[in-house]
Amino acid sequence: MVGYLVFLAISTGIAALFSLGLNLQWGYTGLINFGHVAFMTVGAYTTVLLALKGVPLIIAVPLGAGLAALLGLLIGLSTLRLREDYLAIVTIGVSEVIRLIVLNEEWLTRGTFGVQGFPLPLATWSPNLLMRLMMIALLTLIAGLTFWRMWQWFSKQLQQGKREGGFPVGSLILGIASSLLGLAVYVAGVMALYDYTYKAGLMVLLLLVLTVIFWQMERLARSPWGRVLKAIREDEEVAKALGKNVFWYKLQSLMLGGAIAGIAGSFYAWQQTSVYPDDFIPLTTFEAWTIVVLGGAGNNVGTVLGAIIFWAYNTVTRFVLPALLPFDDARLGAFRVMVIGLLLMVLMVARPQGILGKKEELTLGR
Amino acid sequence: MAGNENKAASDLSFNEAPTVIEEDFEVAEDVAANESTLPADMPLTRSDTDIKNILIQVKDHKPALQTSSVPILAASGLCKSFGGLRAVDDAKLEVAQGSITGLIGPNGAGKTTFFNLLSNFIQSDRGRVIFDGEPIQHLQPHQIAQMGMVRTFQVARVLSRLSVMENMILGAQKQTGENFWNVWLQPKQVILEEKQQRERAIAILESVGLAHMAGAYAGALSGGQRKLLEMARALMTDPKLILLDEPAAGVNPTLINQICDRIVTWNREGMTFLIIEHNMDVIMSLCDRVWVLAEGRNLADGTPAEIQKNTQVLEAYLG
Ligand SMILES: Nc1ncnc2c1ncn2[C@@H]1O[C@H](COP(=O)(O)OP(=O)(O)O)[C@@H](O)[C@H]1O
Ligand SMILES: [Mg+2]
Repeated sequence: MVGYLVFLAISTGIAALFSLGLNLQWGYTGLINFGHVAFMTVGAYTTVLLALKGVPLIIAVPLGAGLAALLGLLIGLSTLRLREDYLAIVTIGVSEVIRLIVLNEEWLTRGTFGVQGFPLPLATWSPNLLMRLMMIALLTLIAGLTFWRMWQWFSKQLQQGKREGGFPVGSLILGIASSLLGLAVYVAGVMALYDYTYKAGLMVLLLLVLTVIFWQMERLARSPWGRVLKAIREDEEVAKALGKNVFWYKLQSLMLGGAIAGIAGSFYAWQQTSVYPDDFIPLTTFEAWTIVVLGGAGNNVGTVLGAIIFWAYNTVTRFVLPALLPFDDARLGAFRVMVIGLLLMVLMVARPQGILGKKEELTLGR
Repeated sequence: MAGNENKAASDLSFNEAPTVIEEDFEVAEDVAANESTLPADMPLTRSDTDIKNILIQVKDHKPALQTSSVPILAASGLCKSFGGLRAVDDAKLEVAQGSITGLIGPNGAGKTTFFNLLSNFIQSDRGRVIFDGEPIQHLQPHQIAQMGMVRTFQVARVLSRLSVMENMILGAQKQTGENFWNVWLQPKQVILEEKQQRERAIAILESVGLAHMAGAYAGALSGGQRKLLEMARALMTDPKLILLDEPAAGVNPTLINQICDRIVTWNREGMTFLIIEHNMDVIMSLCDRVWVLAEGRNLADGTPAEIQKNTQVLEAYLG
């Protein structure tokens, strides 16, 4: 149980990180990136291959992120001057090309055999009691920050509910459910850290990186830089008319979002302790899209919440559905994807702005 | 469109009440979005007198233009074809420093296209544009805006899901915080500038009567308010020349009045304007000089009084 909750926390963290990159590109800048997984592929493979060559992880990860950003630069330079739908087509193509390169360039990536046995962060480390307690303290701090942020959001919902004369039942259920889940993960995390395992260390590292990146993304979103991105999303002609170099800002957004996805790729490799080309199919991209749309595009909190819901759904259906439905594994897998598609459609009808999206924004004319 | 001729004719005669012109479908859309529910043919008498009074006063107080000075904007030989259609055909135009220059012409004359060529939103086939002493036709639109020539759009374009205030501050040029690294490297400077720009924005918003909407989504504004916001936002860029594409189209009389009042005040403070407009009262009383475009070509240019007497111009409007 503890092991599974730690796995869940890591998976959610990776999905959140990965989707934060997409949220920057789509949610804030309006770039339709259907090949987000390409950045993750580049980040993951660069990290593990360099690590195998003896490059320290502290250097390998930034290099992976850098290469992912470079890919973003190349995609951007070749397509951003064209009409926006071209970006969607090219990105999905590029992500498949990258996967096929990884599959076929066996001298570099070992093809279908995948890469295993690469160095992992904190794996050979055996911290003493003091270190473990400090890591628990760090986890507590992160958990505390998360709860505080959630409470802020909830009290805002409550106020708004009061003004509109209703009680936000949905928000309450969502708040309680994710609090309980968060609490369970936190307790499991503390237990896992106390009897230190590699996965527990990875979890703390990931949550730390996620917290820092989330915080910086929030900061960017509120900065003048972020304002230009939002302006481009709303109407890039206006941004141009006001003297903003739209092309350059789009490139930056694509590159930064790509770099973040690259870092998510490193963590993905570390969690799996192996990488295969098949890990990087387009479905991964669309999971990120699901998460961003679920939470509400252009909303970092929503993106993280979307990742939590996505993985909670994954877990619940994985354990509950087999008891209810007489399907074999493959069919169950397909069924779960179908159901999430259906849920997404229901959401789009009932709440097109996403769970955390602002309702007022829907009524605005262009 | 049988009534078109009468309508056009009445636009040129100064003393008759003008009507709200349905210029093309874009404008019609804007009218629909506007708070104005006046029937299209209702004479706007009250506002007319208001506008005229303001404007006549202003004309009297305005210092004489130095016509000898080099124009701030000079375009010559501009051409643009869309397929077989020559939307702009060897057209020229000059805007004197400190002036309010008008650009008029029948529907489809190529006025908006001409604006797009000036600001390089559309690449011209041929021709030269000199702004502030430098050729600009090879520059990107954002570079031209940075040089101090800012344009607005015929159908006002606001950033709907940003607040009115954010729309305004976006206009400010050379913001430290718009550079990615500076968000971290110079946070104090960024915060300081934000505060300054906010104050500037509030002052400008107050002058156009939108200060109470500063926190609202720009998408929640009415059509006329959007036009005002667009003008205010253009002013936020601290430009040398503002191009306005039909600032009064689809706007109710009270707001037309307010818009004209703003243009005049800002002009008195030294801002140069180039204005496309269909409301002849507005054009004739605001402008120092008027250029007439028909079928993409220059038809005439001169003072408002000269243009009113020009038979060619009248014919073009009737034809
Ligand atoms: N992007 C475009 N593509 C094709 N034709 C265009 C385009 N823009 C304008 N036109 C045509 O060029 C002519 C001039 O249009 P426009 O400049 O909008 O006129 P005005 O603003 O004077 O009413 C019209 O016939 C219009 O249909
Ligand atoms: Mg026009």
